[in-house]
Amino acid sequence: MASVSLTNLHKSFDRTEAVRGINLEIADNEFVVLVGPSGCGKSTTLRMIAGLEEITEGDIRIGGGLVNDVPPKDRNIAMVFQNYALYPHMTVFQNMSFGLRLRKYPKDEIQRLVADAAEVLGITELLQRRPKQLSGGQRQRVAMGRAIVRDPQVFLFDEPLSNLDAKLRGQMRIEIKRVHQYLKTTTVYVTHDQVEAMTLADRVVVMNNGLIEQVGTPSELYHQPKTRFVAGFIGSPAMNFLNCKLIKDSGNLVASVGDTLKLQMPADCDTRYDPYLGRDLVLGIRPEHVHEKRVGNEIQTEVKVNFIEPLGMETMVYFTFNGVELCGRVSPEADPRPGQTTFLSFDAEKTHLIDPENDQVL
Amino acid sequence: MTNITRNNGALNVLLGSKTSQHVNRRWALFASYACLVVFVIFFLCPPFYMLVTSLKTNAEIASLATTPWIIEQGVTTEHYAHLLKETAFLTYFKNTVIVAFFVVAITMVVSVLAAYALSRLGFWGSGVIATGVFLVYLVPDSLLFIPLFKIVGGLGLLNSYWVLVLVYPTLTVPFCTWIMIGYFASIPKELDEAALIDGANHIQMLLKVFIPVALPGLIAATIFAFTVSWASFLYPLAYIYSDNQMVLTVGTVTTLIKGDVFHWGGLMAGALLAAAPPVILYAFLMDYYIAGLTSGATKG
Repeated sequence: MASVSLTNLHKSFDRTEAVRGINLEIADNEFVVLVGPSGCGKSTTLRMIAGLEEITEGDIRIGGGLVNDVPPKDRNIAMVFQNYALYPHMTVFQNMSFGLRLRKYPKDEIQRLVADAAEVLGITELLQRRPKQLSGGQRQRVAMGRAIVRDPQVFLFDEPLSNLDAKLRGQMRIEIKRVHQYLKTTTVYVTHDQVEAMTLADRVVVMNNGLIEQVGTPSELYHQPKTRFVAGFIGSPAMNFLNCKLIKDSGNLVASVGDTLKLQMPADCDTRYDPYLGRDLVLGIRPEHVHEKRVGNEIQTEVKVNFIEPLGMETMVYFTFNGVELCGRVSPEADPRPGQTTFLSFDAEKTHLIDPENDQVL
Repeated sequence: MTNITRNNGALNVLLGSKTSQHVNRRWALFASYACLVVFVIFFLCPPFYMLVTSLKTNAEIASLATTPWIIEQGVTTEHYAHLLKETAFLTYFKNTVIVAFFVVAITMVVSVLAAYALSRLGFWGSGVIATGVFLVYLVPDSLLFIPLFKIVGGLGLLNSYWVLVLVYPTLTVPFCTWIMIGYFASIPKELDEAALIDGANHIQMLLKVFIPVALPGLIAATIFAFTVSWASFLYPLAYIYSDNQMVLTVGTVTTLIKGDVFHWGGLMAGALLAAAPPVILYAFLMDYYIAGLTSGATKG
């Protein structure tokens, strides 16, 4: 087990800068997920940690040792790829033992280590099969088996569940979490799926455009996003954004959206929000905080439903407000219908105000 | 009632389209088989003609009154016996096997290493070199044999079958490298990255991952190299004069064509025996050969 440290990490491909100065400390045993949209530099960062991509500038340390010029095989890491990358001509046993055989482990130890790893992952009965005889989930288990059998310092996962169907992805997510809790190996996991990031990570690193937007626990990212990008990226469906003006009404700070919606800001935010009084800002509110339940004494807003997404335990309601399409989350009993009007509450306590000039959450 | 009628109509349309699909499929199959039969007859005619002629007596071959496609005056093996006992055919055969063996070995070693380097090491100019390798293959041997004559003459290799071991790779290496580049390129990059992380160096990666995975391509390239070295005519004709150094293609012809006298029975017997090894090789490795060629063609 080891810590991983990235200092001022840069990577350029010709004239394109894929990673633009990353600083990140990953503690021993920690499960860190790099998440972000396509092209944000998360996979490139992972590949630099693995040694598969040369570093343009900066330092990578694994277990305290500088590994900038250390080849992948000597970094004592293991990687699981999106497309499994199993050797098609080898059996599961041979796939899992390949690294051990190259490192000249004794035969009986190879047998023992592979058997142990296979048992952890529940693939003991598959050891003599070839990859083409396995399902997608089984292949991914074998890829994980190949990684854990060497007992590396760091696990690297590069979008390992992207090729699986939704149900299997859910199962494998639990499996990965279980394996990490059992082995406690430092793990860096790359995904574009924020649900994967939130459910697996001890800490999530949100990346955008080659830079880290925010690092934090899933709860921190969800409840205290620092930028508009993080606020919009984390959470599904995405946070609603509305243009508003911060005004003072009866001594209280109020975010005024058009003429119809006035949301009184929480009292504990006054100090932070005061300097922005009279400014045009962006109001962020998650769909789950736009609902049919009455909040305090606030007057509910009448909206016309565009369409709905019934999900069983809740129903997503899409409506246009102040020229922007918004999403709310109501209970199925509310029974909203497309084309009809309904009354919704905006929970002012759960809103975020964003400065449109720098997209920072206030 | 209206609903039932409408449903029946839909069913009929569905059944009708199914029937018409069935008829179309039958016609397509029939047309395919008809074309294949014509194709097979066309390509089996020459070997059949050779076999029939090789089993006829000289008198029957020379007779204009007999049908060339059937044996009318009894089967004879005299041409085979003459070929094997009274000519240097077996020496030619042995020389050809030696040449083919070394050419295939040299070609595969050079082209596999070259293809791996060009497709995977990603060094500066590798793309241009890969295209250049293929362009070299396009230079016809009828242009190359004169300058090569000067070179091999200078090396003192004229009139030795080792000259063929030296010059055949100029034909086989570029094409085989091209096939292997295509095949290696079709192997996912993650496979070598996984091997790198597992601890393999480039030679281990090539031997333990690339070659086993690219076996169909490797076999296709091997068959090509073997066929070229087995069947080439121009180079042995230009560079070799002695019987004991001669290979099958030119040896059989020069032995059995004396001026304007053609020993057709012997020629046909010799050609059939010479063609046997490639046919056997193809028959065993056909599936690999096709897989190798198509993969190289579509993903290269």
